[in-house]
Amino acid sequence: MSDQQPKPRPRAARESMPRQDPEVRRHNFDEVALGYSEEQAVREAGRCLKCKKKPCVGGCPVEIEIPAFIHEIAEHNFDGAVAKLREKNSLPAVCGRVCPQEDQCEKVCVLGVKAEPVAIGRLERFAADHEMKSGKMAFPAPPAPTGKQVAVVGSGPAGLTLAGDLAKMGHAVTVFEALHKMGGVLVYGIPEFRLPKGIVQREVDYIEKLGAKMVPNFVVGKTRTVDELMREGFDAVFIGTGAGLPYFMNIPGENLNGVYSANEFLTRSNLMKAYLFPRYDTPIKIGKHVGVVGGGNVAMDSVRTGMRLGAEEVYCVYRRSKAEMPARQEEIENALEEGMILKELTSPVKIIGNDKGWVKEIECIRMDLGEPDASGRRRPVPIDGSEFRIEVDVVVMAIGQGPNPLVPTTTEGLSTTKWGNIIADEATGETSLPGVFAGGDIVTGAATVILAMGAGRKAARAIDAYLKKA
Amino acid sequence: MAVGCEGSDGGQPMFKISEKQVLAPGTMLFVVHAPMIASKVQPGQFIVLRICEEGERIPLTVADFDREAGTLTLIFQEVGKTTRLLGTLEAGEEILDLVGPLGKPTHIERLNLVACVGGGIGVAPVYPITREFKAKGCRVVSIIGSRSKDLLILEKEMTAVSDEIYVTTDDGSYGKKAFVTQELERLIQEGYNFEFAIGIGPVPMMRSFAKVTSKYGIPGKVSLNPIMVDGTGMCGVCRVSVGGKTRFACVDGPEFDAAEVDFDLLCARQLTYCDEEKESLAAFERGKCGGCSK
Repeated sequence: MSDQQPKPRPRAARESMPRQDPEVRRHNFDEVALGYSEEQAVREAGRCLKCKKKPCVGGCPVEIEIPAFIHEIAEHNFDGAVAKLREKNSLPAVCGRVCPQEDQCEKVCVLGVKAEPVAIGRLERFAADHEMKSGKMAFPAPPAPTGKQVAVVGSGPAGLTLAGDLAKMGHAVTVFEALHKMGGVLVYGIPEFRLPKGIVQREVDYIEKLGAKMVPNFVVGKTRTVDELMREGFDAVFIGTGAGLPYFMNIPGENLNGVYSANEFLTRSNLMKAYLFPRYDTPIKIGKHVGVVGGGNVAMDSVRTGMRLGAEEVYCVYRRSKAEMPARQEEIENALEEGMILKELTSPVKIIGNDKGWVKEIECIRMDLGEPDASGRRRPVPIDGSEFRIEVDVVVMAIGQGPNPLVPTTTEGLSTTKWGNIIADEATGETSLPGVFAGGDIVTGAATVILAMGAGRKAARAIDAYLKKA
Repeated sequence: MAVGCEGSDGGQPMFKISEKQVLAPGTMLFVVHAPMIASKVQPGQFIVLRICEEGERIPLTVADFDREAGTLTLIFQEVGKTTRLLGTLEAGEEILDLVGPLGKPTHIERLNLVACVGGGIGVAPVYPITREFKAKGCRVVSIIGSRSKDLLILEKEMTAVSDEIYVTTDDGSYGKKAFVTQELERLIQEGYNFEFAIGIGPVPMMRSFAKVTSKYGIPGKVSLNPIMVDGTGMCGVCRVSVGGKTRFACVDGPEFDAAEVDFDLLCARQLTYCDEEKESLAAFERGKCGGCSK
């Protein structure tokens, strides 16, 4: 066997990702990154050193056997690669697209010391897309039912991962979603051009076929409280409601027409498909000049959505400098290529409206970087007298999201932080209430898809252990 | 387990319309099967619905509910594309998505004398609140009105749950020729010592209700109807200014202290998509309902 294995080709250059041309893509909502061809994938997989230590596995929050699936690709066994991925990851097509691999598996890749790391994320996407193209879905043998029922609150990455894991363990899982479509932030937040909704639907279908029951249009905290779910027969509840509370800056003019929270702007476009208005009924204001405030991934998504809706100019107004922007480097580069005008070291002080109550300008102040703050980044300090205005007709506030209070405030005895995040054990997701677990952004504050998935994975193990004891 | 028996995914039953009535020209009443929501809803709360895959999400206040039958009564006016399309649905047909109960319920306690004021379509959400005050043992005085006689709704129902009822029309075609808020002020001047008043209706009516109640120092609430999308506090489009503070009507409301509400802002924000709404409605009237199959 071993002499038939392809030799690693670590010296070969990392395969670049084919992408839509910036001039073309800034006018459409189609996916930007087109994915590796089979030849590219096999070549890239051939770069893996198959090192003994496999630091990449430790760098993955859901512990994918990375060298193993890459090996299958190198051997042209794409079905085998999918099977390896599916062992640990219920959402490979999602992770292959939106995980910040540069901060996780690829960051610790041994090859990265002297050259560019193996493009693990792109290979994961390749394998997941192969599964989709093949139309085949392989499922593990159905487990023996345990007779235990688990309610999952929220169908985002944490909830879906946990639902998949618990279903594979034989528990009866019901996933409750407040919106009309399953997927949480994957559906309402992340745009089509980064994560096509058909792909999310397919991942949801996969988890449903594993046995999880999907219930949209159900607001836990309103339709039923967590206590009521427990009383009505659920043995455990997992809360993964995410960061569903938009923050505003509390500056004058934020309630003018044309000022959106990023949540609203993206929900209208992504979930409600306002970019297809009037074929779809939900409208969205098409700004000529759009100002997006913030420097994270949500800000980049808002900038790029504004462009695709038809804006002539889209500004990113960020109070620190480009180097401190929390968005993925790749997304910042994508946005810049598409024409984003970056106003770094700039902070809005007020929004100015016209006589009809519509936004017409943002007044900003220039910033300087002072001493590092609690986050370790240099604190932006306003420069007196440096105010200036930017003409805009749409403003999107993408300065962060907090925990939605609907579940915490209706669940008696559930401990939260002063910011409203649920307090949960990092290793298990256990909360202050027996049988109630939590994970993802509702616990950590706004973070990434994969970290939420990791929390779901850990909580699934803890819930399984809890149910076996009960 | 009963939990999760509703919803549009996975071939589960949708929200079937069991009864349809035309209450007034352009004003419809639907009784909709939604047992999970019907078992929990309280006066003052609302639901969000979506008719078809291409449809928008709109909030509607709940006009009544029957916990045993598992139904909600929804009353709406056909004003835009979505409500016009909704009006074309018949008994036996289904609404694709319906979620709730949303918002905070009306705070209802036993008081000596309460005024329940409804203008136009606003009589619909006032009805269950009035009934609940009455059930709590309050003496309830209701004032309902509309532009003209043919647009008046729920007179019989409101009469049944009120100790006294006064009816007005703007044009004098029925009841007294007056606005409901003028009638409220007259009663106050006559010596009605209201401990609480609720007023729901078009924005100009609620603005005037706020003026009257604050003039006489009566604690008054209004139920606000800004644009909404998710209805769970996630998007923030429904922000209103109350007492100088920004609040989300969907989770902090929909009811707020009348005297504190910035009605100018509410009006301006309601008009955000005025042009797009006209475009949608025009297309609907030309017989083009987007890509929708309804």
